[in-house]
Amino acid sequence: MISVSALGIRSSVRRAGFVVRSLPKRNIQIQSLPPSASSEILNKQRLNRPSSPHYTIYQPQLTWLGSIANRVTGAGLATLLYGFSIAYLIAPGTFDSAHVIQLVAGLPESVKYAGKAILAAPFAFHSLNGLRHLGWDMGKFLSLKGAYVTGYTVLGATAISTVILTFM
Amino acid sequence: MSFSLPSKALSTITPNLRRQSTRLFSSTQKACQAEPVSTGKPELVKEFKIYRWNPDEPTKKPHLQSYHVDLNQCGPMVLDALIKIKNEVDPTLTFRRSCREGICGSCAMNIDGQNTLACLCRIDRNAGKNSKIYPLPHMYIVKDLVPDMTLFYKQYKSIQPWLQNDNPPEKGEFLQSPEDRKKLDGMYECILCACCSTSCPSYWWNQDEYLGPATLMQAYRWIADSRDANKEQRKEKLQNEMSMYRCHTIFNCSRTCPKGLNPAEAIAKIKLELAAD
Repeated sequence: MISVSALGIRSSVRRAGFVVRSLPKRNIQIQSLPPSASSEILNKQRLNRPSSPHYTIYQPQLTWLGSIANRVTGAGLATLLYGFSIAYLIAPGTFDSAHVIQLVAGLPESVKYAGKAILAAPFAFHSLNGLRHLGWDMGKFLSLKGAYVTGYTVLGATAISTVILTFM
Repeated sequence: MSFSLPSKALSTITPNLRRQSTRLFSSTQKACQAEPVSTGKPELVKEFKIYRWNPDEPTKKPHLQSYHVDLNQCGPMVLDALIKIKNEVDPTLTFRRSCREGICGSCAMNIDGQNTLACLCRIDRNAGKNSKIYPLPHMYIVKDLVPDMTLFYKQYKSIQPWLQNDNPPEKGEFLQSPEDRKKLDGMYECILCACCSTSCPSYWWNQDEYLGPATLMQAYRWIADSRDANKEQRKEKLQNEMSMYRCHTIFNCSRTCPKGLNPAEAIAKIKLELAAD
């Protein structure tokens, strides 16, 4: 459409002796570069690129929060096990069963229950979620629904087991 | 060198045309668009907070910019809102889009915390709550909502996503039973939008070596194909610590897939096949 109107008007403009210089100038600078310069420009830009935000903006979902919880509880339980074992190796006189029993026996009831709950919850969750992972590795519950149903089942079973273990 | 046309060429341009041709450098097309027709509905203004980063100002940190859109003057999908913003408010807003019907995978982004295609994601009409739009998570950003997909495509290329069989049938094409064909359903539909890979925490931390759910599902798409003769080599390639075994069955991939596919299941099946070897 543009070119048609330009063609139609061309002759009249020519006759009118149209003054070009009075038009506003376009302020676009262009620079001639060889094709090989493109990779250098690209690499320079790549160095500046930011990484987009991830876990801070991602919607909290049972899927990945459950996975992180599995990691954290596993790491916590392992630290406790290895920590106590190594401590026993280093100082068997201080970190043996008799001393632990003595220490716990002297604590008030409320601290005992709180301590048991703090130990029972990660143990129950990690064990039950481990069963869920074994199920997946056998090819079971591999649908999204399966993942959610087993996820909530593990959470429910963890709550029940924690209460039972705490008051056992 | 400043941009100017030879005077002979310029003499043929009318002032009117001159005005139009300057607009070729801007992406605003207001004049070409129809005037909005009053729908008679009251204004329903929703705030969109959109991630912005400009490579021309690399020292400026990425930030969220607010835009207000009247939902009664806008299409139903998030992509409609983005296009409206770009056309009417801020032509510098940059994002990828093409088919606007969920088949090209260009407009993959993180909308309200979930990776999805902007063209398939309805705008939440609750105007009291703003909507946050980020690019795909843990990707290098080219500009605004445009991530650098180079590595993602390289990974896809690395699994050799084509039929490999040196013994074609003597006559005609490779035949496949309906049962064997059925195994490919739920995998061949993948549009490689990268929503799943960039939703995977394992991929966030190890994307230099871990292939990610999208690529792995395509790897299995060829392993599961009855016509492919290179199954063993394909499996052998994944038999190491990083390529596939960084998958911890998190299920973020299946949760977020805008096409409703299940990459987590495909990866679990590769694991089962590798375990049986």
